[in-house]
Amino acid sequence: MNQTLLKVENLEIELNNQVIVKNVSFELKKNETLAIIGPNGAGKTTLFRALLGLVAYKGTITWEKGVKIGYVPQKLDINRDLPLTVREFFTLKGNYSLAEIKQVLDYVGFGQNILKTKIGVLSGGELQRILISWGIIGNPDVLLFDEPTSGVDISAEQTIYSLLYSLQKKIGLTILLISHELEIVSKYATEVVCLNKETVCYGPPRSVLTSDHLNKLYGKDVAYYHHHHQKNK
Amino acid sequence: MIETNFLILIIVGAFVGAAAGFLGSFMVLKRMALVGDALSHVALPGIAVALMFNISPILGAFVALFIAIIGVWYFEKTSHIYPEALVGIFFTTSLALGVLITPEPDLLEALFGNIEKVQLTEAVIAIIISLLIILLTKIISKQLMLGIISQELTKSLKIPINKINFVYLLLVGTIVALGVKFVGTLLTGALVIIPAASAKNLSSGLKSYYYLSIIFGIVSAVGGVFLAALFHVPSGPMVILAGITIFVISYLKKLT
Repeated sequence: MNQTLLKVENLEIELNNQVIVKNVSFELKKNETLAIIGPNGAGKTTLFRALLGLVAYKGTITWEKGVKIGYVPQKLDINRDLPLTVREFFTLKGNYSLAEIKQVLDYVGFGQNILKTKIGVLSGGELQRILISWGIIGNPDVLLFDEPTSGVDISAEQTIYSLLYSLQKKIGLTILLISHELEIVSKYATEVVCLNKETVCYGPPRSVLTSDHLNKLYGKDVAYYHHHHQKNK
Repeated sequence: MIETNFLILIIVGAFVGAAAGFLGSFMVLKRMALVGDALSHVALPGIAVALMFNISPILGAFVALFIAIIGVWYFEKTSHIYPEALVGIFFTTSLALGVLITPEPDLLEALFGNIEKVQLTEAVIAIIISLLIILLTKIISKQLMLGIISQELTKSLKIPINKINFVYLLLVGTIVALGVKFVGTLLTGALVIIPAASAKNLSSGLKSYYYLSIIFGIVSAVGGVFLAALFHVPSGPMVILAGITIFVISYLKKLT
């Protein structure tokens, strides 16, 4: 039996007197990839913020003692002219050696010529990869990955997900991710939590990603992309 | 005798300028530049009250700033959108009150700074405090900078960012209280902001940004004090004009 790294029970989050999330319970076990899916405004990012301790909540969030969390935000709100190089960005997290920084950059497909580049001038996909390597430096136990709303592909052949998947193989990472793409979830996730204010479904993708659940989650018109691809216009 | 006094001034100016420049480098990136400016206005009523009770104006300024900083910190912590209008209203009110209650002979000096009357003990204290500010800022610099880039990232590392921000604001309050002597309450904010704004124009990385902010802070303060002595004018405006000159040059350099 795999060790439980995170246990969420009856989570409820209120912001400005509005209930954003309620009745959410799930567990994250070592080496799992748990995907949180749901429509816009379902409270996915807010749930992440609660897991990080950024917003107040009711219910319980229990992280395994001493668990190290790597967090990959959707984006960074920074100016182009922020005087911060990629290398310096890593040193803000801790005193990592150049070799360690080069290693995580290598994981996401960068050479060392990126080290002196200003963070602010990176493209969306480049920044995403830097954020992932920033998240995994120092060997965290869990990676929290908040998928950017617009799909950011890192190259023609490789998606962020195949990258995360290969990282998981390489360094043994437990991943908790927010995703908008069902096809990808069915391919990579071991567990799925469907969230629309409340938990609509929870379980392995095979049993969870049914059109019944998805109708309930997204409303009537969303068919399961993977199966009905050609029938939809 | 006058020359010794002037020398002391230059040295104190260099240290205060360095500390102000270093602190300013975070404020410029925090997009809190106006807060620095507004904060300095709060010093005035503090000075006025201190003068009334015959205690050190710097101490009075610091107490007033401390109260204001708790307010700023609280707002920063509790609201997502920075309550700029509220800050503007609160700080200009304190400036208005300060102008009314500051005894008239001292008003000009409080507003624009006066460096002719600097005592040795005061100078030594100012230097020590400036050094302490630089040291403390250095200690919290990584966490502070990461907090500027992303609150979420600092939280994911379990960094107590609220405490770090509070320490930072306290340091800003301290440098403003010290800077009041040189540049007066109206212009102290600029002593914090302009060197860093200039440095930002020229830097590609943090290291050069920090160093340039400090160097520009020193050059503005020292240059301003020199010019003020040369033309027999208040030091405050000259320090700021020296800073602005650097800024214009840095901006032109950036364009090319």
